Amino acid sequence: MRLLRYLIPLAIFIGLVALLAVGLRRDPRLVPSPFVGKPAPTLDLPTLNDPAQRITNQMLAGRPTLINIWASWCVACREEHPLLLELSNQQALPIIGFNYKDDREDARQWLQRFGDPYSDVAVDEDGRAGIEWGVYGVPETFLLDAKGTVVYKHVGPLTPAIIEQKILPLARGQAPR
Amino acid sequence: MRRLILIVALGVWSAAYAYAQPVFEFQSPAEEQRFRHLTSELRCLVCQNQSLADSHADLAGDLRREIFERLRAGKSDQEIIDFAVRRYGEFVLYRPPVNTFTLGLWWGPLALLLLGAILLWRAVRRRQTEPSERPDADQLRQAERMLQGQDPIENDKTESSP
Repeated sequence: MRLLRYLIPLAIFIGLVALLAVGLRRDPRLVPSPFVGKPAPTLDLPTLNDPAQRITNQMLAGRPTLINIWASWCVACREEHPLLLELSNQQALPIIGFNYKDDREDARQWLQRFGDPYSDVAVDEDGRAGIEWGVYGVPETFLLDAKGTVVYKHVGPLTPAIIEQKILPLARGQAPR
Repeated sequence: MRRLILIVALGVWSAAYAYAQPVFEFQSPAEEQRFRHLTSELRCLVCQNQSLADSHADLAGDLRREIFERLRAGKSDQEIIDFAVRRYGEFVLYRPPVNTFTLGLWWGPLALLLLGAILLWRAVRRRQTEPSERPDADQLRQAERMLQGQDPIENDKTESSP
């Protein structure tokens, strides 16, 4: 019985340590997207190169697609840009750019300067379309499957690990690592 | 002194424009009341410790505009809240909903407090009801003898030897 008096606080302590070990390693600022597992929100925006042309949800169907939310004023976007260029060189999957609350000319110049990995760029000048997609920070990246369902969303710059372990497997229809 | 007052006044007055935000024109006090209520119940996702009403973030401004437009379009409070939750998830609710998932969040502190109070009460009770050690007859006699110097004082480890 004596032993129990010492064991119970120890057990509680170990339980607390386990709880904190899991909880404190997560980033509380990340907001999971409610769209994962659901059809992608409405997309109907003019393109960067030709405002008369539009990008719509129909154009996303058929094969897994990456939608990358970016802006020329976003510093973190430059971090992930080389990875996007590499992805587009490998022709792994089409990458649609989603230019968020930006100036068209600035966006064009940014792409000229840093490279253009996008098969097409949709322009959301006032951010309304971004709200439809639950965008709250830049950069963000959505992975859609061939049916247009949101399979994965990443907030913040992409990393090689995320691409290798989550995006590429999911795009191939495999389980993420 | 007057110049100092003038300079301070000018500085304070010009600072007021630093926080200029678009002002919405409400059609009625009721509409304004609903707007204030809704923007204080929804969280700013950029400055996550603030509501939409308080936050100066761009996104907060955009969402306030969306809320205002939907109010004008005749949407109900619940429809506007659903609009936000459908896009940003339940985290956008500044006041966490009370459901089975958030039970721990709402009742946890109270439960822990009650648990602590119960444990404390039991500990106090135990100390009160424990019979204090009363010396038996033999021990009393031995104590007498010790006091009169007839028995050596044993087991007295607290005294240091001279």
